[in-house]
Amino acid sequence: MPVIVDYDAGNVRSVQRACQHVGMDAEISADPEVVLAADKLIFPGVGSAVSAVDTLKTRGLDEALKGYYESGRPLLGICLGLQIVLEHTEEGDKDCLGLVEGACERFDFTDRSIKVPHIGWNEINIECRHPMLSEIQSGDEFYFVHSYYARPVREENVLGTTDYGDIKFCSIIGKDNLFATQFHLEKSGELGLKLLSAFKGWSV
Amino acid sequence: MLSKRIIACLDVRDGKLAKSVKFVDTKDIGDPVEKAREYYDDGLDELVFYDITASSDARNIMLDVVEKVAGEVYIPFSVGGGIRTVEDANKLLWAGAEKINVNSAAVKRPELIAECAHAIGNQNTVLSMDILKVEMSREFPSGYEVVINGGRTPMGLDALEWALKGEELGAGELVVNSIDADGTREGYEINLTRMIAEAVSIPVIASGGAGKPEHLLEVLTEGKADAALVASMVHYGDYTVSGLKAWLSERGVKVRMRY
Repeated sequence: MPVIVDYDAGNVRSVQRACQHVGMDAEISADPEVVLAADKLIFPGVGSAVSAVDTLKTRGLDEALKGYYESGRPLLGICLGLQIVLEHTEEGDKDCLGLVEGACERFDFTDRSIKVPHIGWNEINIECRHPMLSEIQSGDEFYFVHSYYARPVREENVLGTTDYGDIKFCSIIGKDNLFATQFHLEKSGELGLKLLSAFKGWSV
Repeated sequence: MLSKRIIACLDVRDGKLAKSVKFVDTKDIGDPVEKAREYYDDGLDELVFYDITASSDARNIMLDVVEKVAGEVYIPFSVGGGIRTVEDANKLLWAGAEKINVNSAAVKRPELIAECAHAIGNQNTVLSMDILKVEMSREFPSGYEVVINGGRTPMGLDALEWALKGEELGAGELVVNSIDADGTREGYEINLTRMIAEAVSIPVIASGGAGKPEHLLEVLTEGKADAALVASMVHYGDYTVSGLKAWLSERGVKVRMRY
């Protein structure tokens, strides 16, 4: 059964509702055993990376997530879920899961008219084709809310990018059975639901 | 490049849609869930619900509306009106709202902003400000004053000072609502919007006064707003969301056109 990881970081119910809408019944769980046994795993999240990582560790979910990733079954990261799969984040100088080489940095613009957090609808540029993106094109817009952005080390992990101010940041990460988006696909209208639907059908 | 957002504001009283004119007389114009769905299908970027229910025991009706909307639309929506505690905010988030708007209660007790930002995140904490134009003075250096209770109670607080304070306390976005312009359909308060948008580093949503597409163009360019709130101009069917977006796009405003 598909499982949504619950670690007190954001509205897991919104993700569950969107899953339901595309015909995927997903269970919300904070239990490492349930996470490890999932046939599909969704790792969402908003808010502070510091408390998120701490909660994951307290619940033993960090090891469960790593174990799940190693199983090779499909893993979908959303927003904070994308940031935490990297090795490190500048937010609170925190070590993360390290499933993907790279780190997160804070948006820092000299031009003060560029607002942080980056909130709203922005376009993605597809950098690398992927089965999850078969129905998505460059220029499609998704809903973002974040102040930190991912910088994966390996170019092949950057499936999509987005331009904000003078920064082109990685908005979609892909590595083996992991697919992660910086934007909230559960709040990105019909295109977001299309991606979720693709995840439902994705077999690695 | 980030798109400018068009946000529809739905005033809800006892679970029904109402649109206030200068916040005094409100008349019922339909079902909020149905309306939300209609706008979603027409390309709306975001929704705001203001619960203007008078009695506190009717609050559960709002939670029910939120729950139903969350099952119908997959764009962000926020809820405001009567939020006094973190518990109120959490209930709304749990029911399916993406963000919460604090207003009067935050003016009376500013720590509410910090408490919400800490509990649910800055990005989910929106500070809504009702603002009245006043004589520029030592007390009101910006020439604008914060009011509460739907514009009836002046608070002796300078609007620009409050916007900066709200940002400092952890608000992730600001709604700048001009009481002078609200319901007039004669255009947003451009000077007020620009003044606040230039002073803060968080997104500013312009509110009050939208009546024609030109008003949106003006506030999103000259007014430097990141988003424009619309209400009666779309509620009564004079304009459609998709029509407004197409019009703005033709004039060089970046808006989300694929949906």
